[in-house]
Amino acid sequence: MEVVQSHRKPSSNNVAVSTLPLYRSAPLLEVRLEDFELFAMDRLRVLKGISDGLGRGKKPEEMEKLVADLWKANMRHPQANEEANKDIISHFVLRLVYCRTEELRKWFLSMETTLFRYRFRFESSEAQRALMSEFKLPCKAVSNAEFESVKDKLGQVARSMGQTLAAADAIFYKVPFEEVPELVAGRRVFIYKGHAYVAMNQVVSLVVTQFRSYLSKALILTNRKWTSTVREHEKDRLAPIVEALCTSYLGPDYSQPNEAGEISVKDIDHFAKTSFPLCMRHLFEKVREDHHLKHGGRMQLGLFLKGVGLKLDDALAFWKAEFAPKVSAERFDKEYAYNIRHNYGREGKRTDYTPYSCQKIISSTPGVGDHHGCPYRHFSEENLKAALVRMGVSSRAVEDVMDKVRNRHYQLACTLTFEAVHGSSCDAGINHPNQYFIDSQKILQSKNGSVA
Amino acid sequence: MTKEEAGNGRDDMEIDGSEQANAVPDGFDANYLRIYYGKLFPHADLFKWMSYGNDGKHPACDKSYFGRREFSFTLENDIYIRFQSFNSVIELENSIKEKSPFKIDIGPVYSVDPAKRHAYAQSGDNVFTPVERELVFDIDITDYDDVRYCCTGADVCLECWPLMTIAIKVIDTALRDDFGFNHILWVYSGRRGVHCWVCDGKARRLTNEQRAAIADYFRVYKGNENSHKKISLPGPVLHPFLARSYTEVLKGFFEAKLLPNQSLLSSEERYEKILEMIPDASVASELRGRWQENKRASMSKDDINLVRWDQLKSVLQSGKQKTQGIRRCVEEIVFSFTYPRLDMEVSKHMNHLLKAPFCVHPKTGRVCVPIDPNNCDEFDPTTVPTLSQLVEELNREGLRQDAENEWDGTSLGESVKFFRTTFLQPLLKSCKEDIESSYNAKLQQSKNTDTLSW
Repeated sequence: MEVVQSHRKPSSNNVAVSTLPLYRSAPLLEVRLEDFELFAMDRLRVLKGISDGLGRGKKPEEMEKLVADLWKANMRHPQANEEANKDIISHFVLRLVYCRTEELRKWFLSMETTLFRYRFRFESSEAQRALMSEFKLPCKAVSNAEFESVKDKLGQVARSMGQTLAAADAIFYKVPFEEVPELVAGRRVFIYKGHAYVAMNQVVSLVVTQFRSYLSKALILTNRKWTSTVREHEKDRLAPIVEALCTSYLGPDYSQPNEAGEISVKDIDHFAKTSFPLCMRHLFEKVREDHHLKHGGRMQLGLFLKGVGLKLDDALAFWKAEFAPKVSAERFDKEYAYNIRHNYGREGKRTDYTPYSCQKIISSTPGVGDHHGCPYRHFSEENLKAALVRMGVSSRAVEDVMDKVRNRHYQLACTLTFEAVHGSSCDAGINHPNQYFIDSQKILQSKNGSVA
Repeated sequence: MTKEEAGNGRDDMEIDGSEQANAVPDGFDANYLRIYYGKLFPHADLFKWMSYGNDGKHPACDKSYFGRREFSFTLENDIYIRFQSFNSVIELENSIKEKSPFKIDIGPVYSVDPAKRHAYAQSGDNVFTPVERELVFDIDITDYDDVRYCCTGADVCLECWPLMTIAIKVIDTALRDDFGFNHILWVYSGRRGVHCWVCDGKARRLTNEQRAAIADYFRVYKGNENSHKKISLPGPVLHPFLARSYTEVLKGFFEAKLLPNQSLLSSEERYEKILEMIPDASVASELRGRWQENKRASMSKDDINLVRWDQLKSVLQSGKQKTQGIRRCVEEIVFSFTYPRLDMEVSKHMNHLLKAPFCVHPKTGRVCVPIDPNNCDEFDPTTVPTLSQLVEELNREGLRQDAENEWDGTSLGESVKFFRTTFLQPLLKSCKEDIESSYNAKLQQSKNTDTLSW
């Protein structure tokens, strides 16, 4: 691997060359193995954010802002050179991750195309034109004479979309209609004898179609290469990273509770009623009731409490007290204390375990006698409704929540519950029980102006 | 209301029926079908069409082309066989004569001979895939059941058939003027609709996404039983395609023909359907009030439907109406009754099979003959030749010297001639030109590289 050469062509005429890469070929760059994974995860955060936004039906203006924010938050680097490298490297790493099945390819293609679309929109019109020429699109700018002859029709099309034909310097491109299927489908262009007249602001569509088509083919080739040669070669180095990447959760891991978030044992009761998500409320209620909890439940609740700010000593005291009616102090020290210390990274290999994300909790399978897992998934309709009512959710909101549950959107159901209980919206959606707690506390504190 | 107005075709059908000694459904008979395939079905023309100029005469011809086309046969007793392919006109003709299929469908041209598809599936890379297929459309009058009162279901008469005529005009104009296609074949589906085959090279090579885009370009109607207003035309102005369709075809047809012939405003039940489409309840009540008052007798000699339509238009389009939606309502009503309703799925996928022209419809006995889009007003589905009629004509003609063109002495002659002169010949000429020019281009290219290399 060689050191990167600058991808910028020397610019003649001092025209700014676009910084938007087209990912045409794998870069000749040296990458540290850590960066290989980290860059990819950052980009994946952007793509998942986009996926989330699309899933919520955000309008184009909202998506524009979302993409800009996501990019800024995850992909920025003080040195422009490094930023470009990260962009390119992360894209190619994710190609390896997402080329392997039809479903993964479809998702990746869709997100990368959307990302490209909105980044393209941000570029200046000169930069856009430069990019268009790189795509070698079969389109020509419409001459003035021709423009005059079709001006009426172009105006009609614009007005049919509630727009007006731009001023005298309106630039239109003439392309074979096959190149702009989206615009044709939406009747957003004038078509004549097989050519579509595309306005400058619609050029995005043209370019995006090309980008998409290129990437689609590239992914299939990547898959072929990966399965036939690279994977075997890289089975100790890159393959494990690639395998892990597409299933990773990418939110904050809540392993370091913020200093302000320390809680004591006596607070838990109160917080359970006001700020715990249903899964943790349920576990907590069961501990109180049964004075016991099986392993899955202890892990899920215990790590959650750690994330909330319960210190190790307090945690030991909590569980010991709760179990006391059934478990003697000595037995507790012998059989349970070790595990709790292990969770806090004080035993064994000293991994500081991170609280479980929704994704992980939803996918767990509670058995007989278990109370962990996601209640939206595992509770019967009756029980779930009753639990929601106990949380103070209005009957109308309960119906909305149940609707989400029936469609297996468990996180959306929890989000609706959050919104119903707190009387305010949760745009980001619930992805982690600790996020639920923190957001809840934020709202309650701002209402009361003190620790809720 | 309209059955007595139906043309002679119906009477002919009944006469035919009574001449059959056996109980033959509407002139269709498996034995007659055999005769049809033996003497009348234009095998050679079908072969020439499907070869698109690749008949082996030019060095640049793709000899494998015809053999990679899928045909499917529906045999008696609903036995269905797919992935039939043939390497020559003789193979095609023999197979059809031997199997005497009740229906022949044409599929796409695949990357390899469909008969060998299993061999290629092994490499797991989708090597067996469609590579060419005509752009096709299917319009069925049963999709218009909510706007025609003369017939329902599979029935068609001369009152409602014009809906198909309108559809042909709108789509055909757009295919030629907007999309630039030239080689377009319209075919009667044999019972209650029409098919359209767009055969330009550019059309055959369209991807599924592009086909879907064209289908969506044509889509305006989005209804089902649950929606009252199934057409929505937003925007202060219509797209040129819709505007042209409205002013050149739909408006005139609606006001002069459909409105009076289907009595769309004459009874409460019928005018309610139209009033439902008006988004402003007060406007709708105003009209309802006026119409309820003079139910039966119309004041003037004019058709009550036309009178009421004029009233509706002046209320909706009066200067008093401020909202865009109200003014646009008139067009929306016209569109909802008359605008073509395409079967989207047929057009979107390359691998969709469609019935071949010149097949005989098993339920009606009618031949799927081509329709001239420039004269589609003249087309009468009730006088299309039937199988039994043709066999009878053959019998009357006796043996001809020229066994090749038996159809010439029958009612089918006109259709075959039309197919050849207006569609097939221009198409083949164009294909040959394409083959030649791409061949010459390649020669030129290799000449250039030759000179460069040394």
